[in-house]
Amino acid sequence: MAIIQKLPTFAVDFLLTKYLYMLNQYETVFIATPVLSESQMKEAVAKFKKIVTDSKGEIVYEEDWGLKKLAYPIQKKSTGFYHLIEFRAEPDQIAKLEIEYRRDERILRFLTMKMEKYAVAYAEKKRARKSAEQKQENE
Amino acid sequence: MAQDNSEIRYLTPPTVEIKKKKYCRFRKNRLRYIDYKDPEFLKKFLNEQGKILPRRLTGTSLKFQRKIAVAIKRSRHLAMLPYVTDMLK
Repeated sequence: MAIIQKLPTFAVDFLLTKYLYMLNQYETVFIATPVLSESQMKEAVAKFKKIVTDSKGEIVYEEDWGLKKLAYPIQKKSTGFYHLIEFRAEPDQIAKLEIEYRRDERILRFLTMKMEKYAVAYAEKKRARKSAEQKQENE
Repeated sequence: MAQDNSEIRYLTPPTVEIKKKKYCRFRKNRLRYIDYKDPEFLKKFLNEQGKILPRRLTGTSLKFQRKIAVAIKRSRHLAMLPYVTDMLK
């Protein structure tokens, strides 16, 4: 710590940004039961977002896909609410998140994936395209 | 007579079909990442039963065949693609 205090501020900034950049980026998709009402679904999403942010994670992006038909039944249900969260976090926080997924009865399925650099680039490009399309629609 | 003609043509085809060279569409289009969230795209690499097509049919390079396989398996896990079906296309 003493060394950090002696450093000029720009160096500290540099190290901090570098630290943030060093964190792995993850992408998690979960399927919630179709039995939930809209407010219950929002609550479930908020719960998992809170788990991510509480463990010093930073949410980069999230997307709600809404009610979708499943390709095969899971727990005798043929539809489900899909939700995607992209975030940066320490690697050991993933296990914590997945335990929470397993404990929660509302979650039918989940998948957490570490994003490699091409995946990050792809996601950013996709987002940029989407926002550009929205702009065009508004105009 | 007409039948004879067609038979002769069958025995000695006038034009030899030139084999179209297969290529890896990821190499060609400079795609680096295969998205598991896009089942419509991944369906190009499945047969009617939902099985992954071999490399020798699609022409995909080894590197991207591995990535496709992983993407399809992720997609199946999230019920965006079926594990087993009939008449997928």
